[in-house]
Amino acid sequence: MSETQPQKDLLLKTNRSVGIVGYGAYVPQYRLPAAEVARVWAGGEEGLPIKEKAVPGMDEDVITMSIEASRNALKRAGISPEELRAVWIGSESHPYAVKPSGTVVAEAIGASPSIQSGDWEFACKAGTEAMVAAMGLVGSGMARYALAVGMDTAQGRPGDALEYTAGAGGAAYILGPGEESLAVIEASYSFVSDTPDFWRRAEAKYPEHGQRFTGEPAYFHHISSAGKALMQMMGTSAGDYQYAVFHQPNTKFPQRVAGMLGFSAEQIKPGLLVPVIGNTYAGAAMIGLTATLDVAQPGDRILMVSFGSGAGSDAFSILVTDALLERREKALRTADYIARRTEIDYATYVRLRGKLAMK
Amino acid sequence: MEIPRHWRIKKQRYALVGEVCPHCDAKIFPPRDVCPECGGEAKTPFAFTGRGEIYSYTVMNDAPAGYQESTPYTVALVKLQEGPMVTAQLTDLGSQPVEIGMPVEMVTRRIRSDGDERGMLVYGYKFRPVMQA
Amino acid sequence: MTDIIIAGIGQIPVGEHWELSLRSQAAKAMLAAVRDAGGIRPQALYIGNFLASVVSHQSNLGALLAENAGMTGIEAYTVEAAGASGAGAFRTGYLAVASGFVDAALVVGVEKYTDMVGAGLESAAAQAMDYDYEGVQGLSAVGQAGLLMQRYLHEYQPPRSAFAAFPLLAHANAVNNPNAMFRKAIKPETYEKAGMVSAPLNLFDVAPLADGAAAVLLTRASLLPKDFPHPLVRVSGSSVVVDTLALHDRSDPLAFEAARISVEQACSQAGILPKDVNFFELCDSTSIYAALSLEAAGFAPRGEGWRLAAEGALNLGGKLPALTLGGLKARGNPLGATGVYQIVEAVMQLRGQAGANQVAGAQRGLVQSLGGPASTAVTHVLERLG
Repeated sequence: MSETQPQKDLLLKTNRSVGIVGYGAYVPQYRLPAAEVARVWAGGEEGLPIKEKAVPGMDEDVITMSIEASRNALKRAGISPEELRAVWIGSESHPYAVKPSGTVVAEAIGASPSIQSGDWEFACKAGTEAMVAAMGLVGSGMARYALAVGMDTAQGRPGDALEYTAGAGGAAYILGPGEESLAVIEASYSFVSDTPDFWRRAEAKYPEHGQRFTGEPAYFHHISSAGKALMQMMGTSAGDYQYAVFHQPNTKFPQRVAGMLGFSAEQIKPGLLVPVIGNTYAGAAMIGLTATLDVAQPGDRILMVSFGSGAGSDAFSILVTDALLERREKALRTADYIARRTEIDYATYVRLRGKLAMK
Repeated sequence: MEIPRHWRIKKQRYALVGEVCPHCDAKIFPPRDVCPECGGEAKTPFAFTGRGEIYSYTVMNDAPAGYQESTPYTVALVKLQEGPMVTAQLTDLGSQPVEIGMPVEMVTRRIRSDGDERGMLVYGYKFRPVMQA
Repeated sequence: MTDIIIAGIGQIPVGEHWELSLRSQAAKAMLAAVRDAGGIRPQALYIGNFLASVVSHQSNLGALLAENAGMTGIEAYTVEAAGASGAGAFRTGYLAVASGFVDAALVVGVEKYTDMVGAGLESAAAQAMDYDYEGVQGLSAVGQAGLLMQRYLHEYQPPRSAFAAFPLLAHANAVNNPNAMFRKAIKPETYEKAGMVSAPLNLFDVAPLADGAAAVLLTRASLLPKDFPHPLVRVSGSSVVVDTLALHDRSDPLAFEAARISVEQACSQAGILPKDVNFFELCDSTSIYAALSLEAAGFAPRGEGWRLAAEGALNLGGKLPALTLGGLKARGNPLGATGVYQIVEAVMQLRGQAGANQVAGAQRGLVQSLGGPASTAVTHVLERLG
């Protein structure tokens, strides 16, 4: 591996304190058990990677799901949508190849027209990339509030290993001044390299992946490097964090990378949603964080490290404030969406996801 | 392609933005040029909460062009908290039986494609069983 | 005012006329009406049509249909009011002749529903509703009726099977109508077993959309020859009333207000009460609309329109015969032509030409067409003179 750990202070720190003033999750209601995929494709002998994954309805996509998560974030923030100065959506399943998701979301939540809006693409870290950008926008004083969403309706080729896990869901964050925040972002750090572990060519419907290559040189290297560097530069260690959230393509990877960084199973438990909603790609780490914020207490510190294939990781150190307790009651919690569950079989899944050739 | 006509009413479609009559305070949806209550000119935008209850519903088995892929689907008359009634699809029903009087809330969903799969996506309000008290 | 007489009637069977074009269908009915009127030449042609602009990609029907029937040079244009288009055209013809500006007006209702096949047809018929706020939600014209039926069942709790009486009556009466689409009686079990079209509406609650053309020739009594061969049937009441286009804009969707008011107005002009008619050709495009129309006209209290059918009052020998030649359900519903078929059938009853289905002693009939869920209601009172 060519990339080495940085030694000097490369923390991304804002000029003024920035934090999360509102957050919102969204998970669609349909669930496809991994056992169903195994039944149809006669797989799963080595054990199933998750219990079940969330599947969007026929009328859902990244735009509609982002709208609901953003509305939840606005309820918690208690601000007027016109106060937002950016609406940024990170996803690898934007409904359009060309035409922003952000404009529709902004219009629907009432944020346009005085906004920055654009869609972010960096595989599964597109949403956290948007968060770092929002930190910059707010931290520089260019904007008081900015919205960053990570949302996906993940694709997996029928029969592929990804099909067991490729789920749907994500989260929206409104970043604003630290003093108004329910959790302050103390610092972030990003670690990026050209590592082709997973991709989807422009005209392809389903992604390709490097199989075992996606593990060591990609997922584990980038997350551990970003997480380690962030903590090193901040002078913190796993013991300073009540919770940690990592990108979660399956159940084992985040468990193992947590161990590599010194975190216990308890610390990652509230944010480990992949067993019950699947891998929500750009939404995965971000919705792990909403679930964690749903149970955290003032004073708790949370580490979040995303991972996007291609590859890179964004790490954030987040400190919960007193404002969380009252504000988290103002919208549906992540667990409310997870509890709303309609189990489907593989045939229904195929219909809902448009996998039937109609022409 | 019907881009202009869908674009023109995006506020109504995406967020259930109607009007409040400046003369008699009637809440109006869909927006109209003349207040149906007092006959005055109605132009002040008003965002509805999206809460309401089912006045009636029907299950569409024979769908018009552009809607066949999702049959059977349920269309309802929803009585909004603020007074007006809207026609809208119900979504996220799962195995929940629909009943007249059932409380519902607005969500913004994909309604159809304008034309074939190359066309613009039309988004708009639908209603689902209330998730939050 | 001089009496306005329906001097000629013409129709083709309702059905799927794959081999006939829009213009040919219309010409057959038009020429038949002119012949029936003893060859009176019309100075104007008023066309009732709903879907030609979409289904046949054809507008400007006035020029097309007049020319094709050898009437180039006369006044001619289309009147559109969805399923009430034909009745609207009839009203226009009546006004033209009554005004004195036109001596003889031909009214043709024509629909060429089968120029197209597939889901595009559902969309075409859905144009009768508010496209921006009803159609875009995937609702159809039948869906609107489904919404009303569900609410009706909820509010009034009638036995669901009671609605079978409407299609059973329509089918029984169509057996003797050579112009009907379905000339076969159905059994209650057939109704019970029918699949849902737009729940709670089943297949037999919904009149089939089809091709058709019917025509009438209107003129003033004073212009008719002494030896005119038919009993004279005059238009003694005529009214068109609109309600909100969309169902959701009504404070009381189960009240067909436009239908109620147009019956009142037409009867008032005729100097009668609704109970003074011998039969009622009403709009049974769906069985729920038939029930709501009976209630709107005042023949039944709110929530009890179905009783008239269930208890036999609408049968040929009942106190208010309805759907006497099959109604929309069994004669077929050629949309923009339907209103003229209803007039033609009423004239047959009043002339005593209804054969086995003749309503004994028919002197006066009420005819009503609806566009959408009575978004437009057109009502006429026709009367036999002498």
